[in-house]
Amino acid sequence: MELCTKTASELIGMLRAGEIDPIDIVDSTFKRINDKEPDVKAFIVTLEEGARARAEELKDADRSLPLYGIPVAVKDNMCMRGAQTTCGSKILTPYEPPYDATVVEKLKAAGAVIVGKTNMDEFAMGSSCEWSAHHPTRNPWDLERAPGGSSGGSAAAVAACECSMSLGSDTGGSIRQPASLCGVVGMKPTYGAVSRYGLVAFASSLDQIGPFARDVRDCAMLLDVICGHDPKDSTSIDREPPDHVAALDAGAEGMTIGMIKDLFGEGVEPGVRERVSDAAGVFEKMGAKIKQIEMPIVKYALPAYYLIAPAEASSNLARYDGVQYGMREDADDIVSMYRKTRRAGFGSEVKRRIMLGTYALSAGYYDAYYLRALKVRTLIVKEFEKAFSECDILMSPTSPSTAFKLNEKIDDPLAMYMMDICTIPVNLAGLPGMSIPCGLSDGLPVGLQLIGPTLGEQALLRAARAFEIGSGICGMIPGEKTD
Amino acid sequence: MKYEPVIGIEVHAQLKTDSKLFCGCSTGFAAAPNHHVCPVCLGLPGTLPVLNRKAIEYVVRTCIALECEVSPASRFARKNYYYPDLPKAYQISQYELPIGRNGKLTVRAGGKEKTIRIHRIHLEEDAGKLVHDASGGSCVDYNRTGIPLMEIVTEADVRSSEEAVAYLTSLRSILQYIGVCGANMEKGEMRCEPNISVRPVGAEEFGTKTEMKNLNSFRAVRLGVDFEIERQIDAIENGERIVQETRRWDEATQTTQTMRSKERAHDYRYFPDPDLVPVEVSASVLERIRAKAPELPEPRRVRFISQYGLPEYDAEVLTGTKAMADFFERAAAIHNDPKAVSNWIMTELMGCLNESGKTIDECLVTVEDFTALLGLMGKGVISARMGKDVFKDMFASGRPPAEIIKEKGLEQMNDEIAISEAVEKVIADNPGPAADFRAGKKQAAGFLVGQVMRLTGGKANPKIVGRIIEEKLLSE
Ligand SMILES: [Zn+2]
Repeated sequence: MELCTKTASELIGMLRAGEIDPIDIVDSTFKRINDKEPDVKAFIVTLEEGARARAEELKDADRSLPLYGIPVAVKDNMCMRGAQTTCGSKILTPYEPPYDATVVEKLKAAGAVIVGKTNMDEFAMGSSCEWSAHHPTRNPWDLERAPGGSSGGSAAAVAACECSMSLGSDTGGSIRQPASLCGVVGMKPTYGAVSRYGLVAFASSLDQIGPFARDVRDCAMLLDVICGHDPKDSTSIDREPPDHVAALDAGAEGMTIGMIKDLFGEGVEPGVRERVSDAAGVFEKMGAKIKQIEMPIVKYALPAYYLIAPAEASSNLARYDGVQYGMREDADDIVSMYRKTRRAGFGSEVKRRIMLGTYALSAGYYDAYYLRALKVRTLIVKEFEKAFSECDILMSPTSPSTAFKLNEKIDDPLAMYMMDICTIPVNLAGLPGMSIPCGLSDGLPVGLQLIGPTLGEQALLRAARAFEIGSGICGMIPGEKTD
Repeated sequence: MKYEPVIGIEVHAQLKTDSKLFCGCSTGFAAAPNHHVCPVCLGLPGTLPVLNRKAIEYVVRTCIALECEVSPASRFARKNYYYPDLPKAYQISQYELPIGRNGKLTVRAGGKEKTIRIHRIHLEEDAGKLVHDASGGSCVDYNRTGIPLMEIVTEADVRSSEEAVAYLTSLRSILQYIGVCGANMEKGEMRCEPNISVRPVGAEEFGTKTEMKNLNSFRAVRLGVDFEIERQIDAIENGERIVQETRRWDEATQTTQTMRSKERAHDYRYFPDPDLVPVEVSASVLERIRAKAPELPEPRRVRFISQYGLPEYDAEVLTGTKAMADFFERAAAIHNDPKAVSNWIMTELMGCLNESGKTIDECLVTVEDFTALLGLMGKGVISARMGKDVFKDMFASGRPPAEIIKEKGLEQMNDEIAISEAVEKVIADNPGPAADFRAGKKQAAGFLVGQVMRLTGGKANPKIVGRIIEEKLLSE
């Protein structure tokens, strides 16, 4: 078995025992990348030279570092010195930030080896990775299909074993949906649990960085490294973070898990519905109680999201004007320069959302759109609070469908937006959510979404780990025998 | 028809914090452009603002001084617009929920008290500066980007340029007193933008207003506001329509000129900044800041009258700036004659300051040297006349008075024998005035004293000279 297909916790065991060195993992990882990348195209840039230098450096470092020698990929919207950060956009090509994002600093301090920057929908706007200005990424389970998005590159890289784990960002489902479609574990932590400093903003009140991994234990390990208060992010939660790995093995015995009925309805593929219903059976087998929960308000999450997120984005993306950095189209005067640069630099989905958001914030429309959307958001928060007064965690499908064909939805924005119908309410409420593989439907992975109360990551991980044990579904690798 | 001006005033005061509003960069004067910048104030992708709590404290202090209600929770908002000096393409400001509201400031203008209501006080970040180079290109200097600005907006309560200047003078003094702003208009630490309209006396509704920029001194405010009032009245009388616009005061022509029309109002698409949490000022924090609040100019003026027995005018002038009032109080604590201290500050010290264009903070004379000089005059070591010259030297050189007196040999002549000799010589040389004095014309004494002073190079103690002249002429 190649080293690159092992989980991070297995590799750490071998590294600590002195059986292998970090460079052995780097060799295996880049062999895999060279092999898979022409098909999968998960990366915008791979950093082999840096990874090798880092592995050499680590040889004599402290082997007890939490991610010692582990190959990690980072979504291309997180700033890192010495590498480009394009956000999948032409307008930031080329752009090399002069500082490290807090999460990148933490990865480095934890002994991780960063192997590359992964592909994404431009500025994290999209659910298929097809809106990348560089190239689309393909789903390792079926190269004709999309990996999901926007963190499609990070999900595909983990699924294809091009790295052990990766970081993504999730604004409306951008970690969980691709995790679901690629058959890996992905978590969006509580808003404020992980610092956003150095994450190029899409919608600041919703964006959250989180981990991808091939199993729940690795997911918890990466979460332990990246979470915690950061004085550079005013919205980060000031508290001593818990040990998520230590909480893993408590089991699901005695937990009450709510099934959100409203997210099993229309638009959810039968195969997805079946696998997720099966998952409820697994939880019951593991000693949890399943409870049907009605949340009629969640259906309004999608329209509210498509006002709030574009509104914030229209302001966040205004700085890409060609003045200081990134791309610039020459023109005779400043206003023409702005126009030409932004016209040439942004793709059509980004333009669509900037226009939506600009409109929603305009005088005369603000109250009817933006403010009303904020009210819906408050109602969604309340509805979740009510649900958590009865349940420890909630469950639903992560995505209404398995991986769809490339180009299938690219000309139908609404169909694409529907891909996030189950994940968006969680962002609006600022809650932790994760997607874990719960089986296959027609040979494609299905994702189970677990949702926790604020800072309820431990409960999520505990239930997710119990599911792995109960179902035997853990560490699925495409093209290899799974049972 | 008679018209009445209606004026509201917006002041931007640069807060005296060490670091910028949302990053750790220095607010100090930087010699080179783009020296005080970092990824945060440059608005680089992925950076986030972190609020400088000191700036909040300064605004709350101002709210207390201007009797505003302080919001327990205020919010920052984004004001979105494109300009090359604005690196994020939005300014972090406050919109719906400012820190302070509904305050007031009472000023004296034209011998009357006038209360001007404060509409709101909020905090925002400054933008950068465009520098146009010789080749016709434009460069951006981001040193100023993110420097904290406090915006103080009045209600439209001001009715004349005199009231406007009185308000600004009083506001400047308060901001200096509470130590939140240098408030030097010439240096741009305090920028004033009045909005002006006129209406027929007795009318209820407001006329169309114009906003004025580039008023860099109190003098410019007075001239600019007067000009604009006249311009608007003339326009209305000629049947023209006042256009809502921003006008620029032009120092060279002493007129206001159109900068940009506001007919099509810019839509700034304000919304709460999701990168910042609400600013909470709890009751206990408010109390802590209130407890530390320094004495304001008005109560200090009243105290100067009661505690030191100063005339109203002296008290008002001395408390005009905190630094001057502090100088007085420290001097009066050493030299126990407040009226003499006040006289010397108001005539000699302020005279020298005016002449040199310096402020009290730049003055080289220490309180200790200043009171030492008063002491030397009191003991008769030098005359008051000499004292004035010595003070001028002290002001110019910063040297202590004793050193100057010794070096220049200015000690007062108190030697009665030497003075007698001089008096005898003056009487002999001026028989006419001497005879007049003997005949009872007391005024003649002044001439004779002056002659003695001249003969002794101004050093003779004039009190002793007067006594000896009297003795000599009346005892004969
Ligand atoms: Zn800075």
